[in-house]
Amino acid sequence: MNQVNRLLTKTLTVFLFLTLISSVKSVYAADGETLFKANCASCHKPLESYVGPALKGAREREPSKDWVYKWMANTTTMVNTDPYAMGLKASHGGVVMTPFPDLSREDIDAILDWADKFQVPGAPTGGVPGTTTAPTSDNTVLYGLLTLILAIIGLILLQVNSNLKKLTDEKDGIKSPTPVPFYRNKTYLLLITIVLFVFAGYWLVEGAMGLGRQQGYQPDQPIYYSHKVHAGVNQISCLYCHGGAQDSKHATIPAVNVCMNCHKAVKEYAGEPILREDGTKVNANDEIKKLYSYAGWNPDTKTYDKPGKPIEWVQIHSLPDFVYFNHSQHVKVGQVACQTCHGEIQNMVQVKQFATLSMGWCVNCHRSTNVQFNDGKGHGNKFYSLYEKFHQDIKNKKYDSVTVQMIGGTECGKCHY
Amino acid sequence: MSEKKYWQSFGELNQSEANKKALKDEFREELPFEELGNENVFNAKTPRRDFLKYMGFSTAAAAIAASCEMPVRKSIPFLNKPDDLIAGIPNYYASTYVMDGDAVPVVVKQIEGRPIKIEGNDLSSLSGGGTSAQIQSSVLDLYDTTRLRFPMANRKEATFEAIDKMVANGLAANAGKPLVILTSSITSITTKQIIAEVLAKYPGSRHVQYDAVSYSGMLEANQASYGKNAIPAYHFEKAKVIVSLGADFLGTWLSPVVFANQWASGRRINEKNPSMSRHIQFEGYYSMTGASADERYLHKPSQTGQVALALLGAVGGDASSNITGELADAVKKTASELMAHKGAALVVCGSNDVNIQIIVNAINEAIGAGGNTIDWNTPVNYRQGLDSDMVTLTKDLNSGSVGALLVYGANPVYSYFDSQKFAAGIKKCSFTLSFSEKMDETTELCKYIIPSHHWLESWGDAEPQKGYVSAIQPIIHPLFKTRQFESSLLKIAGNPDDYETYFRKFWIAQLGGLENYERFLQDGVMENSKIRTQPVFVNPSDLTSGDAVALATSDNKDSSGYISPKPAITDSTKQPTGISMPMGTAVFAGNVSDAAAKIGAVKGGDKELVLYQKVSIGTGARASNAWLQEASDPISKATWDNYVMISPELGKQLFNIDIFKPRQSDQYEIHPDKPVVKVSANGKTIELPILIIPGTHPDVIAIALGYGRQSEDKSKTKEYIGPAADGVGKNLYPFAVFNGNNITYAMSATIESTGETYKIATSQTHSITEGRPVVREATLEEFIADPGEQNREEEEELKQFGENFTRDATLYPTFDRPGIRWGMSIDLNTCIGCSACTIACVAENNISTVGKTEVSRFHDMQWIRIDRYYTGDPKNPDVVFQPMLCQQCDNAPCENVCPVSATNHSSEGINQMIYNRCIGTKYCMNNCPYKVRRFNWADWNGADSFPDNQRGILSEATTNLDQDLTRMVLNPDVTVRSRGVMEKCNFCLQRLQQSKLNAKKEDRILRDQEAKTACMQACPTHAIEFGNVNDENSKISKLRFQEQVNRKFYVLEQLHVLPNINYLTKIRNTKRKVGSTSEKV
Repeated sequence: MNQVNRLLTKTLTVFLFLTLISSVKSVYAADGETLFKANCASCHKPLESYVGPALKGAREREPSKDWVYKWMANTTTMVNTDPYAMGLKASHGGVVMTPFPDLSREDIDAILDWADKFQVPGAPTGGVPGTTTAPTSDNTVLYGLLTLILAIIGLILLQVNSNLKKLTDEKDGIKSPTPVPFYRNKTYLLLITIVLFVFAGYWLVEGAMGLGRQQGYQPDQPIYYSHKVHAGVNQISCLYCHGGAQDSKHATIPAVNVCMNCHKAVKEYAGEPILREDGTKVNANDEIKKLYSYAGWNPDTKTYDKPGKPIEWVQIHSLPDFVYFNHSQHVKVGQVACQTCHGEIQNMVQVKQFATLSMGWCVNCHRSTNVQFNDGKGHGNKFYSLYEKFHQDIKNKKYDSVTVQMIGGTECGKCHY
Repeated sequence: MSEKKYWQSFGELNQSEANKKALKDEFREELPFEELGNENVFNAKTPRRDFLKYMGFSTAAAAIAASCEMPVRKSIPFLNKPDDLIAGIPNYYASTYVMDGDAVPVVVKQIEGRPIKIEGNDLSSLSGGGTSAQIQSSVLDLYDTTRLRFPMANRKEATFEAIDKMVANGLAANAGKPLVILTSSITSITTKQIIAEVLAKYPGSRHVQYDAVSYSGMLEANQASYGKNAIPAYHFEKAKVIVSLGADFLGTWLSPVVFANQWASGRRINEKNPSMSRHIQFEGYYSMTGASADERYLHKPSQTGQVALALLGAVGGDASSNITGELADAVKKTASELMAHKGAALVVCGSNDVNIQIIVNAINEAIGAGGNTIDWNTPVNYRQGLDSDMVTLTKDLNSGSVGALLVYGANPVYSYFDSQKFAAGIKKCSFTLSFSEKMDETTELCKYIIPSHHWLESWGDAEPQKGYVSAIQPIIHPLFKTRQFESSLLKIAGNPDDYETYFRKFWIAQLGGLENYERFLQDGVMENSKIRTQPVFVNPSDLTSGDAVALATSDNKDSSGYISPKPAITDSTKQPTGISMPMGTAVFAGNVSDAAAKIGAVKGGDKELVLYQKVSIGTGARASNAWLQEASDPISKATWDNYVMISPELGKQLFNIDIFKPRQSDQYEIHPDKPVVKVSANGKTIELPILIIPGTHPDVIAIALGYGRQSEDKSKTKEYIGPAADGVGKNLYPFAVFNGNNITYAMSATIESTGETYKIATSQTHSITEGRPVVREATLEEFIADPGEQNREEEEELKQFGENFTRDATLYPTFDRPGIRWGMSIDLNTCIGCSACTIACVAENNISTVGKTEVSRFHDMQWIRIDRYYTGDPKNPDVVFQPMLCQQCDNAPCENVCPVSATNHSSEGINQMIYNRCIGTKYCMNNCPYKVRRFNWADWNGADSFPDNQRGILSEATTNLDQDLTRMVLNPDVTVRSRGVMEKCNFCLQRLQQSKLNAKKEDRILRDQEAKTACMQACPTHAIEFGNVNDENSKISKLRFQEQVNRKFYVLEQLHVLPNINYLTKIRNTKRKVGSTSEKV
């Protein structure tokens, strides 16, 4: 009897534990806003049509309830087969959406739920008094409540069980230990401790690894400078402004005189309205005026008639001091596109840190990226000719390319000295 | 094991108890384990509950610190970016190091506007691209926190306009009496011209040049002998026999960087045809130059004249001397060697006595040095001060007959033998103006101060040798409200130009056009009065791919656009190029018999004191430089102090310490506390600790000059002169003797024990070799007879492991080096122990300076140390220097003991050290057979995120090193290590990576010699070679596998750690046995 009892307790414990863990997971998976910002925001707005259609009410417009799940996994084929998709393509200038097969159904629901609820911040809610903003449709809370109720029921049952056992024991004349209140019950204490440890451990590890990392960092800058307008719409080469990227370890932020090369002539913005993420409109002409005041330029007289001062930009991408990173090594030698590390910068209205810039992220790329090995036909970098062994192996068809790792690109001393 | 014996300390020689104990422990402190015995565990200093409290607190603190928000970092670009400046790419500018008459062409590395590193200018055939510890360290002086920051009148800040007015009024008021401009030796052509302008404006005025350590005797002797008030150019590279009478020409005499370069070219061994010059040193104490000599004879300083006379007599001159015995035999042998190489021999003498120098001139005449090894066509300007001028000036100042005194670069209140009288004189002078960069002892007494720029902020030129002009250009905008000396003089002279304009006008006119002027500035040097003809400045980012190919094939430009010239000495057997002018002679007309008579009258004492300069501190002008203070002396290995060097015999006599008996040597040696003695000479006394240096003459005591800097108010020394100079050593300048004609630096003295002790921090004797054959040495004769002899024993020993020691003597697999394999070779034959590499490494790699207390606890941080080994007769041993740095073992013992793999191996053969991964267990340090790993016991550089948390813990002398101003010297490409982290040499990984990247960016192969380590580049004798061993055509692999196969050896090769650094056996050109202990006491 005792044994069965213990087994029961254990099973219950494990069950409780698992429930808690899984509910934690769902808490993280269903953060629609985060998912939207990480995946969709460069092309979609919640309220209005942008590169892609507005997301609010998307499910109502779509032909079927499951359509969006199919679409997200396989945009490229559906755009040629599905009539609704073909219509979308036509109405958005022929742009086809990138597929997101990694997003789960819950993720997609979360994003769309978030979009459906989205309101312009600051705008009056205008809601009916009865409809609260309580998370009615948020399953997380539901699951959480359910878990809690189950846990309480479980605990009560355990308590009842033990009480019953005590009674039968008494009846049988078996001396039972002096009863302890549940908060001194070692089984409970152990249970709580384990749960706390798991939570704290998870939080600690996540927190510690995230220390100093700032993926998604998107500070306000002294001038509302849109990369989308410059690099995207106007197709200005990245290197025109960030020339250091091909020469130096620093990509360098352009000096004010570089801005003025064009903005002496470009006095007004006449393109598409620039919208902040919250949907408000940026007065681009005011921003150009700010530039003029930094430069000390008077657009009317076309002279620098005031002393200029440098612009104090907020640094977004930052590596710790013990890491050596060289832009020219990657841009000039490795021929890596800026977007590989900085994301779709040509679509960013305001720059945001795209990658984690963690060591694991660097190393993963070094493991899989090929170096520009000289193929003997004039392609590739002549420097690598000193790796005779690898050239020999390529000739012998042992492998057909050499990764950064093979020439020592994942050794500590390549970045830490 | 070989019967040759090399020892660093007396304990090691004697195999004493303390030595055996020291072999076991790396650090002196006991570990606190015995406190944790069973019964003590609750009474221990840190009981369990305290431990838990601390742990709780630190966890909480860490959590709070960690949860702080990331700071918002600003990134502020230029308003208008200069064309030639790209953030992160260093620019190199040619300039010239000038200090107290020394002038060496250099190239300065500037990154983001800050000069951070100084290299030699390879275009100079004089220095051959070499530098010295002093040059390497001078970049730290630029960021000295105690520099003067604004002009002052009567100690109050004044604007330039106000002070110019005051100076003009002051000078006008005193115009009745002569104005004196007192400077150190001036090598600049334009400065001399500007001084002449000032003198012309104030008739009756004069310019007095003053050298802290005087060379007046040589100048006067040359005046008497040849009618020339000058010092000729010496050519050590052309001499087959070099005799030095107490001249430390490799360390401190006249122009050591140039001489070391020349000397080394005669000392390199070509294995196919081995030959080398012969170097004989006569001296009283163990100098650095003496350590590199083939023969070393000891005599009292008072005998220098007699030795010179005997030598003159023996080479056929009309002279006789009173020396007898072994010394007389030595002189005879030396003379016969000189005569055997007539026309290829050279005698130099360090004495400041005019008569001795006349005799030396006569000897050089007799051996045909003039026109062969001595060149009168191109005299040198390093030292121009005449003792008589200073004597007159002191007298005039005291009699009040000087109207105005303008001081620049000279600090006689500290360094003049009669400084009290000089100081009194200054106080009597009604107008005194100093242009010093710092509040030195002389400046303190001046009414007006217009601080001058540091040389890295200055324009200028220097002509160290006639026809050899080098340019000085500013590398940084002046940090403080200072104005260059010359600009101030131009104001005084009433010239409307500032110095920059003046300089530019002068040189454009001289060189005939702007283009030549710019070329002169770019090259930095002009030799034989001609600028070089190769033009072009190429900015690599402007290149099209076609140009890049052209650039790759031309080998005299590096990617930074700086035209790095062909190395001056590419072939070890070749003489330096550039000296192609015919050599000049001069007619000797010296009065030998008169000089001989005067020398005969010199009386020696029972004990004699000789004042010398250390290779790092020199005259003491830059004593506030912490890097120099921490550079250990080549012979004594002591830092941060001066002391009395005495012989073992004198030690026995004074303290009854028989240094050759184990127990007594331990008593003296094992603790840093050394007995203090009282030295009296010339009516003055001083108390200093002793160091027993074998190879010192039994009756000679030697003390270094350049210490004991002190402001008038002693407590202000730290603020005025600098924390690094405060309370360090004692000033010996007042001991110098004026003999009626010259200031001499040797005199009879008495010495007695005081019974007290004083701590001296030495950087050696804690890295003990346990008698293993770490250095190898052979005589030239032995080497010619049997080239591989010194390596044979080990080869035999290694044979038992199989044919291929690398592969067969291990269970582990050997690893491929598919691309580059870096390797280094160090030639013990040309290493002179000068510490230039040590300081270059400090500057390049942001190495901490730790201060005296920490050095005495063996916490010194320098990555490359120079081990000094004694060998041979313990009473007059030979010295072998061996630079010791991380050997980058392929099978490194440090790597497999690291619990966190913070040190591991790269595919290029480098033993990497990853600071951010290190948790400071120090296991690697314990397991390193070479003892080259350094642990950060504290945060000396201000790397810690909590500012000032080391105040009061660290030595006072190094407190200014973590200031924002001083931190400007840090190299941004190298991590600044914080407390608790291990560090060590990594072959200047940042430079290797940069050179590879440059090659990749230009789409070409990596050229040999493109990647240079800091130590290699700094070495004045080019003793260090470095490169890719996998490249068959590289210099390093040619050297290892073809040219120097017999001299090459690896230290502790039998351990199978497979070092990537090899050494080349030291060869001495002597008939004695070397390294032998057969003459054991």
